[in-house]
Amino acid sequence: MREIEAARITAAVKQITMEAGVRLEPDILDGLVKARARETSGLAKNILDLLLANAGIADQENIPVCQDTGVAVVFIELGQDVHINGDLEEAVQLGIQAGYAEGYLRKSVCDPITRVNTGTNTPAVIHTELVPGEQMKISMLPKGCGSENMSGLTMLPPSAGLAGMKDFVVRQVVNAGPNPCPPLLVGVGMGGTFEKAALLAKKALIRPLGAANPRQDVAALEEEILTRINEQGQGVQGLGGNNTALAVHIDLFPSHIASLPVAVNIQCHAHRHKEIVL
Amino acid sequence: MSLVSNTPAMLDHLREIEIPFAAGVVESLQAGELISLSGTLFTGRDQTHRRMTALLDEGAELPVDLAGQLLYYVGPSPARPGQVIGAAGPTTSYRMDVYTPRLLELGLKATMGKGARSLPVREAMVRNKAIYLAAFGGAGALLSKCIVAAEVVAFADAGPEALFKFIVERFPAVVINDVHGRDYYEMVKADRDLSR
Repeated sequence: MREIEAARITAAVKQITMEAGVRLEPDILDGLVKARARETSGLAKNILDLLLANAGIADQENIPVCQDTGVAVVFIELGQDVHINGDLEEAVQLGIQAGYAEGYLRKSVCDPITRVNTGTNTPAVIHTELVPGEQMKISMLPKGCGSENMSGLTMLPPSAGLAGMKDFVVRQVVNAGPNPCPPLLVGVGMGGTFEKAALLAKKALIRPLGAANPRQDVAALEEEILTRINEQGQGVQGLGGNNTALAVHIDLFPSHIASLPVAVNIQCHAHRHKEIVL
Repeated sequence: MSLVSNTPAMLDHLREIEIPFAAGVVESLQAGELISLSGTLFTGRDQTHRRMTALLDEGAELPVDLAGQLLYYVGPSPARPGQVIGAAGPTTSYRMDVYTPRLLELGLKATMGKGARSLPVREAMVRNKAIYLAAFGGAGALLSKCIVAAEVVAFADAGPEALFKFIVERFPAVVINDVHGRDYYEMVKADRDLSR
């Protein structure tokens, strides 16, 4: 058994919060550069240049790449042979609070009824999973809500089949139009239950951009849906072109014989994420 | 003003517009036009609108006179010491749709955010000879460099949802809705459907 101090978790969460809030990771920068290379619209090429310039300014001057520094979504893969000295939940929330305060990140979390801002960007949404081993992996996804608001979930009848699932994903992205800041990363959860599908779609966003699902037929489906989305021509910022989405990430889980849930979690081009392993 | 060495060439070729607008300027702007704004604007997002509407419901004055002004939908991130403002790109505009016609009737001349507006907002724009602009979403660091002064004018306790006054220099935007009722997102879609 391995011991991890709660204070070490707080420090790690604070560090990745401050880093993720400001800078884009190499995978998304590479995705934007590749989109620029295949773009057909003159205006969209210019806007992609502008977005890359924006990422450069964010990096050089320590200004968040986007002012919506998100609601903090934290995925924890906790090795079952780890013992935490202290309160895990509290350790993470303290790290989020310190990271948003000291990183000059926007505090965007409020009470759903009164709409009064909590002032600390806490509570973070934390998903903890027990895994074999004695390591702890923490993934930080500061989730902007212009894109989150364009996400959706449907409970299809099984007769809708694969075609019905594909149509739902494409329609969800097309109907979002310019609102979620395309070019997008589209996270998709197929199967499971109501909440499992949503969680799969969210967790699909922390996969490195464009890394295919290991199942070959699912990887082909990711490519097919990406092509269909980009053929619709909404384009960068909804102003036309062939880059509405940078990637589609699909994850699956078996569902009930009566059920076919599909969830689509939309992420903007200012896709920030950061991982750390303790 | 050059932002950084790799600034896209596009930004050097925009029609320069002073705000608040001189007579006839709003009417001259066309859907799809790329412009660069310099001058003074006010900001507001969800809670700012909710509070302004509550004041109007009580028969009270708004903290600023919006007649002739541009209202930018943004909730900036905090400024570090020495910075004017943090990241300050647009937020999605449809959430303000329910409040916007009333402000347009009070003489607000332009709104700026990202994404399409509702039919009632578009009709109110035509009726009041007002326009809607899109700023570049997700470019908050770059756009912050176009803001040379920022002060909170009202609702300071709302944090990022306070009403700010910004002085901007060469702030880039696209005209989406013009006073003639045209909508650039719809024009782009129509072009796309024709070319199929």
